Amino acid sequence: MSTESQAAHVHRDDFGAKLGMWLFLVTEINLFGGLFVAYSYMRHKYPADFHHGGAELNATLGVTNTIVLLTSSLTVVLAIMAIQEGRRAASRAYLAATIGLGLTFLVIKTFEWSAKFHHGLYPSAPHLATLPHGEQIFFGLYFTMTGLHGLHVLIGISVLTVMARMIGSGKISQDKNVTLENGGLYWHLVDVIWIFLLPLFYLAA
Amino acid sequence: MSDQSTHPTEHAPLHPSYGTVVAVWIALVVLTGCLVLLSHFGLRAAVWGLLTITPLKAGLVFYFFMHLRYEDPLLKGVILVAIVTLLIFLVLLFSDVAFA
Repeated sequence: MSTESQAAHVHRDDFGAKLGMWLFLVTEINLFGGLFVAYSYMRHKYPADFHHGGAELNATLGVTNTIVLLTSSLTVVLAIMAIQEGRRAASRAYLAATIGLGLTFLVIKTFEWSAKFHHGLYPSAPHLATLPHGEQIFFGLYFTMTGLHGLHVLIGISVLTVMARMIGSGKISQDKNVTLENGGLYWHLVDVIWIFLLPLFYLAA
Repeated sequence: MSDQSTHPTEHAPLHPSYGTVVAVWIALVVLTGCLVLLSHFGLRAAVWGLLTITPLKAGLVFYFFMHLRYEDPLLKGVILVAIVTLLIFLVLLFSDVAFA
């Protein structure tokens, strides 16, 4: 097949790509949604223990991380807008900023978890076993949900790093950028999940 | 193959302006501030903040940052079904708890 005829048969279905991404995101919404349902039931069952557990958490770090992720959501939108205008260098710079903010989130989260570990609060810790049953469940949900979310941040950073390289190699360009749009959708969902985790654990427990 | 797949740029959706996305980001930060402020007025106020401001923040991200405002009704329907399903789970759970 000649190069000319190959070019005539290039298959592009941007809407299909985006629909597929959204279907995946729906499974993610339901994954975390199930945990939100579990949290709601346990909070209803052990309100006092959840209140004590929430008081142990550092709300300042939680709010700081919220601002960090909200800003990273803005920068990833700006990266997509830049590539759609053909500004490759700007798009890569915005993606670098997003990745940097994602790493900042993880560093803050590491400090937060380290402080908890230092106080004997980690899964299966002897000190945790001495706490009331509801508080044990609170910290179980806290480590599960923030841990799973942190894993998603790590995956998001990896995906966006690959995409920054793809912009560099021309695989993502002004007229072929649905891959970056889908990467951005994933990053926004990670942000939305944290939007719910902040009040659940840090502000309204 | 549809026209959409052969000429993707002709059917490119509208996108928000720079002003809009920055305004949405400012709104998100301000709403986060409101949420923090409410939490200082006691648990009841904090829970009301969780039930009202948090879905509003998520809605802004979905609608503007995730472009749902500019997308096909099919995509909007997919998200709506997922969210309604979750809400049904929550309603069923709390109706069960309330009458247990």
